[in-house]
Amino acid sequence: MSVLVYTESDKGNFKKNAFEAVSYAYEVAQQLGDTVTALAINASDCSVLGQYGANKVKHVSNEQLTNFNAKAYANAIAEAAISENAKTIIISSSADSKFLSGILAAKLNAGYVPNVVAAPVSTSPLVVKRTAFSNKGFAHTEITSETRIIGVSNNSFGVVEHGVQVDVEDFAVQVNDKDFGAKSVEVDKVVGKATIADADVVVSAGRGLKGPENWGMIEELADVLGAATACSKPVSDLGWRPHGEHVGQTGKPVASNLYIAIGISGAIQHLAGVSASKTKVVINTDPEAPFFKAADYGVVGDAFEVVPQLIEKLKEFKAQNA
Amino acid sequence: MKILVCISNVPDTTSKINFTEGDTKFDTNGVQFVINPNDEFGLTRAMWFKEKQGATVHVATVGGAQTEPTIRKALAIGADEAIRINAEPTDGFFVARQLAEVAKNGGYDLIIAGRESIDYNGGMVPGIIATLLDMNFVNTCVSLEIEGTDAKAVREIDGGNETIATSLPLVIGGQKGLVEESDLRIPNMRGIMMARKKALHVVEATDAPTMTADVKFEKPAAKGPVKLVDAGNIDELISLLHNEAKAI
Ligand SMILES: Cc1cc2nc3c(=O)[nH]c(=O)nc-3n(C[C@H](O)[C@H](O)[C@H](O)COP(=O)(O)OP(=O)(O)OC[C@H]3O[C@@H](n4cnc5c(N)ncnc54)[C@H](O)[C@@H]3O)c2cc1C
Repeated sequence: MSVLVYTESDKGNFKKNAFEAVSYAYEVAQQLGDTVTALAINASDCSVLGQYGANKVKHVSNEQLTNFNAKAYANAIAEAAISENAKTIIISSSADSKFLSGILAAKLNAGYVPNVVAAPVSTSPLVVKRTAFSNKGFAHTEITSETRIIGVSNNSFGVVEHGVQVDVEDFAVQVNDKDFGAKSVEVDKVVGKATIADADVVVSAGRGLKGPENWGMIEELADVLGAATACSKPVSDLGWRPHGEHVGQTGKPVASNLYIAIGISGAIQHLAGVSASKTKVVINTDPEAPFFKAADYGVVGDAFEVVPQLIEKLKEFKAQNA
Repeated sequence: MKILVCISNVPDTTSKINFTEGDTKFDTNGVQFVINPNDEFGLTRAMWFKEKQGATVHVATVGGAQTEPTIRKALAIGADEAIRINAEPTDGFFVARQLAEVAKNGGYDLIIAGRESIDYNGGMVPGIIATLLDMNFVNTCVSLEIEGTDAKAVREIDGGNETIATSLPLVIGGQKGLVEESDLRIPNMRGIMMARKKALHVVEATDAPTMTADVKFEKPAAKGPVKLVDAGNIDELISLLHNEAKAI
């Protein structure tokens, strides 16, 4: 039997979460004694998935699937699962994968566990560790259904190289007009900039910045680090920054390698959403700010002095380590 | 237009999370329960449709009698009727099946759920309902306009937004953005009085299997103390981030 993994791509190129999902699928397959089959839709170089452990890639090449469509993509994954007789399906935690997850679960009558952060705790029964209570805790969840779907949390298991011999085959799927009852008409996306979902580094700022006019230095810092920019909730509520930058319990979750919080107090709802980041740095004038209890490194100081220095020093560092 | 808003009864966002019974249960001791924030945005949008477009708004939850204050609050905010499906919400699939069952017979044009509940973060309820009822579906919805049976929705994607043209009957997974923060309503006295007279139907659950079970909970490992770096010594911060944390 095989473990099926859905690998996301954007304009033909695999996303980083695709490699992480395949790495995870490989681990699950090892534990179950199965092989790994990846499903890719309109991707350009499928053989690269072998590097992360895919034994086989089913490649769907279909013009109607050029844009992501949750129903049609869920159908394609379901068809692949049925044709492979796969009972374990791995997806990522991107907005797209989360969009299609419920549809896929209903179609396959499968138990679905999202936000999984580690290799299975056991395979018989299948128990996985996931975040719960918006990162304030973890649950060990047993999937009791015959078919099961695991959603791997971004940047949690990591990308692991295996170098497996991979076969790529074409896979034709049925696309129905009625899958397009919800149709994309426009995509408005920042290009050439890291997104909060997949950035290694996220630079985030809060009300301590005092006004939207002061974000120039935050963007510059993000630029130097190749980072995505984020903000606390009040900052987006005040309209200083777009809603899409709001991180925390009611915003986007962050699971980056490095999270830099500038002028953010560290309210429980904020910390819940960012705690999965590996290294956290706080810059705040108030040594009593709760964020200092959650951070790895802290600078007690005025953002308007510390951030420009940090930008200069990082530029020097980058020049030396280029 | 008939709208059903699905409401999850969750611990208030400021709650400290603890576990009990050998870390197998969430400890509700001292925890205050509220309308799931993602659902509250949806409910508030539904109130807009009610006031501006004459929609009827029902709310539904899956839960025991202890969840009634939360749905009463939704009635006090302005929903017309409430339905409580009397069962423990054991997993997302089970909850979605219960809600779909209720929705099937209710003739709803629009079903609004949250993109996820902030307790178990399952995120599957709206997608499963939409699929079981064969309705259109938009997740992480941050804007929704309806004209006749046409709907224009904006959903949040990684790194931006996508505008989607769709039509009723429709299910959305809502979140912040659907309405402004300042549009959220605190029930007033009149609303609370009126809510007491509104119908709260209690219906029995239909048979449905559960697919997953939480067998154990853990709290995040305690963190070591923060390392403070002097504001005049940013070189040290960079060195720590590079050599120790290997983060840059
Ligand atoms: C239901 C609910 C959900 C919520 N969800 C979220 C969420 O998802 N995400 C979220 O972020 N919040 C959320 N909140 C809000 C949260 O409770 C806090 O209000 C919010 O996180 C505070 O934002 P802040 O840190 O930017 O602002 P503040 O708390 O005002 O903190 C500003 C900080 O900046 C510091 N500062 C001031 N000047 C400077 C300077 N010159 N240099 C450096 N530091 C300076 C101050 O010392 C202070 O610590 C939620 C609240 C509720 C009720």
